Amino acid sequence: MKTIFELGAEGRGLSLLPECDVPVVSLRETRRTQPRLPHVSENELMRHYTALSNRVHGLNDGFYPLGSCTMKYNPKINEELAALPGFTKLHPLQPQDTAQGAIEVLYRAKTLLCEITGMQDMTLQPAAGAHGEFTGLLLIKAYHRSRNDTARTEIIVPDSAHGTNPASSVMAGFRVVNIPSGPDGCVDLEALQKAVGPQTAGLMLTNPNTVGIFDKNILKITEIVHRAGGLCYYDGANLNAILGVARPGDMGFDCVHLNLHKSFSTPHGGGGPGSGPVGCKEFLAKFLPGPVPVRTEEGFALVKPECSIGRVRSFAGNFTVVVRALAYLTELGREGIREVGRAAVLNANYMMACLKDTYDMAYDHVCMHEFVMTLAGLHEKTGVSALDIAKGLLDAGIHPPTMYFPLIVHEALMIEPTETESKQTMDEAVAELKQLYKLAFEDPEALHTAPHNTPVRRLDEVQAARNPVLRYDFGA
Amino acid sequence: MGSYLPLTAAERGQMLQTIGVSSVEELFRDVPREAMDACRWDLPAGKSELEVREAITALAEKNRVFRLCLRGAGSYRHFIPAAVKAVVTREEFVTAYTPYQAEISQGILQGIFEYQTMICELTGMDVSNAGVYDGATAAAEAITMCRDRRRTKACVSAAVNPQVAEVMRTYCFGSDVELVEVPAKDGRTDPDALRRLLGADAAMFYLQQPNFFGLMEDAEALGRIAHEAGAKFVMGVNPIALALMKTPAECGADVAVGEGQPLGLDTAFGGPYLGFMTASSAMLRHLPGRIVGKTQDVDGKTGYVLTLSAREQHIRREKASSNICSNEQLCSLTAGVYLAAMGGPGLRQAAALSMSKAHYFAAQLEKELGWKRLHSGEFFDEFAAECPDPDGALRRLEDHGILGGLPVEGGLLWCVTELASKQQLDGVIEILREVNG
Amino acid sequence: MGFPTELKYSRDHEWVKMLDDTTALIGITDYAQSKLGDLVFVNLPSVGDTVEAGEVACDVESVKAVSDIISPVTGKIAEVNEALNDAPELLNNEPYEAWIMKVEEIADSEELLDAAKYEAFTQEEG
Repeated sequence: MKTIFELGAEGRGLSLLPECDVPVVSLRETRRTQPRLPHVSENELMRHYTALSNRVHGLNDGFYPLGSCTMKYNPKINEELAALPGFTKLHPLQPQDTAQGAIEVLYRAKTLLCEITGMQDMTLQPAAGAHGEFTGLLLIKAYHRSRNDTARTEIIVPDSAHGTNPASSVMAGFRVVNIPSGPDGCVDLEALQKAVGPQTAGLMLTNPNTVGIFDKNILKITEIVHRAGGLCYYDGANLNAILGVARPGDMGFDCVHLNLHKSFSTPHGGGGPGSGPVGCKEFLAKFLPGPVPVRTEEGFALVKPECSIGRVRSFAGNFTVVVRALAYLTELGREGIREVGRAAVLNANYMMACLKDTYDMAYDHVCMHEFVMTLAGLHEKTGVSALDIAKGLLDAGIHPPTMYFPLIVHEALMIEPTETESKQTMDEAVAELKQLYKLAFEDPEALHTAPHNTPVRRLDEVQAARNPVLRYDFGA
Repeated sequence: MGSYLPLTAAERGQMLQTIGVSSVEELFRDVPREAMDACRWDLPAGKSELEVREAITALAEKNRVFRLCLRGAGSYRHFIPAAVKAVVTREEFVTAYTPYQAEISQGILQGIFEYQTMICELTGMDVSNAGVYDGATAAAEAITMCRDRRRTKACVSAAVNPQVAEVMRTYCFGSDVELVEVPAKDGRTDPDALRRLLGADAAMFYLQQPNFFGLMEDAEALGRIAHEAGAKFVMGVNPIALALMKTPAECGADVAVGEGQPLGLDTAFGGPYLGFMTASSAMLRHLPGRIVGKTQDVDGKTGYVLTLSAREQHIRREKASSNICSNEQLCSLTAGVYLAAMGGPGLRQAAALSMSKAHYFAAQLEKELGWKRLHSGEFFDEFAAECPDPDGALRRLEDHGILGGLPVEGGLLWCVTELASKQQLDGVIEILREVNG
Repeated sequence: MGFPTELKYSRDHEWVKMLDDTTALIGITDYAQSKLGDLVFVNLPSVGDTVEAGEVACDVESVKAVSDIISPVTGKIAEVNEALNDAPELLNNEPYEAWIMKVEEIADSEELLDAAKYEAFTQEEG
């Protein structure tokens, strides 16, 4: 397929702007070369991007059982409401009394999300989960500084954690202490006890953990950290499992981040934009990045907390993403929210039960909203890897599960159906996975060379990294 | 209540049987009882889609949509071609996941590759990433790009958007980098002050062009000063202005970042926006976030993949220079579609119209009302001018559905883009004449 | 390739070629490169840096992983093999010719194995 630079012709373009109705002025010093932007007609433009969209697998194209990503259905009403001019045409710096509806959106979202997580205040400013992690860790840093406790330089992270956890910790200026997971995939309490001390600023944890198991020692874990003087940070990436069932705030967590593009149905956009609100208990609220939406006598306002760590982004955050999440929560309401975790966990356990007779599960334990299979055994017997099975799924029009994560499981495939998938879809996916398992024994070569039916087949990633070509080559 | 759960009661029963439990509650046996009982779930009842539409639309209607916007300061209303929304609202682009499975994501990957190309053409730099959260976080990430063991200080011009400087400061609170502000004179960075403040420990100097007051800085000269001190030169640029102004590459920048919102994104009360990041090829491996590269598949067909992933958090973990995972992907695509629709001539036209109208308005403010500019330097499409009664002026404009300039010390910071007609601008002058008294 | 007998080996899979009493070339073994897979980038250390026996000296990247190179000796880096910047695959193709760094002023070293002991060690690991 051609790039857009190879389409159209010099001099071709759209007719978009009127003539200048005032004297034309230009800069004294201008650029020496013109940017080589596309020169296409509107027709060519639309055809090009339509062709591109036909080479994208969206939620509307099929099952997306990506563990740890919570690819639940993105309601269309959310898109319609997020596009209202009463939201999209607002300038972020227009006077607050002319944007009361917008601030109320932020306030309502904050209130609902605080109730859902057991937190007492929240900022909606961070633009993604990792951004939220960084923010939450800065709250912890500011908290210890405010108490003149400068010895607390370490953040404890389980070795099963998502890469953003240690990366965020380092960005926040902490040293990372990795603790091993036990054979059950959960936090090794002894290792945790040994790791905490006066140097502990906090613990970052997601529960259920990244292997999809709920750590039943959660109350003990947060207690160990608190007793040592550290704080507990909840990575909300796996919240979908307990959404409407239990709350991190009731399990000893002091601050949390949420991924609106996961549990709260906002779309992934091919990699973003998301939104990563950070909630906290009252004692941390004064450190939140400003501005935070509050209720006033006259209505609503955006205010900067008294000891704020400062902004982590411009303006109030990814506003129209929050609009979508608010619409979702408004529709679900109390009854709907209480159903999410239960249905997500039911679906995941169902798929696990169906696949158990064929695939090896990494942990012989009831799972939460996702479960991990290990293909190490299959690999040994047939040479077929998790990657090969994943590529085989592409030919069936199913987006593969998450591969090779978490790192503590060999040849991992992590499956998360989410609560919005039907039994039929899951049954079909199970059948397809079993078919591929058989194929691994009958014709491993077919899987080594999969996919066969996609627009491109396996790509040379080594070449792409050794000799990076990161932009179109215009030639002379 | 939401209808997004397809399971019927009968199906639930079958599934529970397959699993081998009698109720869903049994699956939560590891969750502490105290935690499950602790919450009252004080949440409003669910609503039908019709009621949701009414409720959220009511919130939208509580906001004032100004028919003419003369305020910028980091968020700019520009003309968005109809084709842009037609493309970026396509469900595949909206709902797809990150393109880790390249074989079924070629549309997204090629879209990013094209965006990377266009942004490099605009800034003149060698390489681009797929984008970060916004211009402010891009500036903050640029500090990390330039920092090394010996150089741990970052200098930022006082003429930079205060929100950008604040975000940089917050990130420095994390990384313990010292952020030093370089004072401005007559609204522009003071080169002597810069020279004094740059030491052997300075990692970089960040300059905004045009700056917060809309003024054009002497970027080349300031860049030279930075390089003489061994520091990297980072520019934060307005992508519309790039159609006319000397590129960061021409000014000797090592890194060029900026706010991509003007490229086809609504002002949307602040987000989502787009932080673009470009750099010289020497700095390639210091760029954070995803990057798309071109390669071939097993049949020799051209294809695109996420590449240089070993820089990123999912591989480097605590050794990663940035934690960024999700970015503003759909916004990058939007910027690409905007640039494709506008083309070089269209973008130049948008820039020329904005600049010309801003200059016309500034001239009229002085000629008709006696409101002089606060600064004397050359400006693009934003400028600060005195105002005898800023509150009064803004209120009067508001009555007419116009959002006036942003209050700053000494007056108002006005922004005029291609959306304002001469007739509208003349009308604004008349309204303001009443304020003049 | 295998296990050249004139070299010494560390348990972290580096080889050491002593040029004189206090200078050595350091690289990674054939066993190491086969485990790492296709290498796409070598983050060479800087000339003049000091390295410590048993500590990370630099790292190498494959498409999906980063691996630390542990220095087997304590000393100062005199030279780095710039050819690896453009051709990281040299480490895969010629692991015993493609040295990574030359270390001088060697003051200390980890316990180094001869070829036979190292071969046995890799068989235990594998």
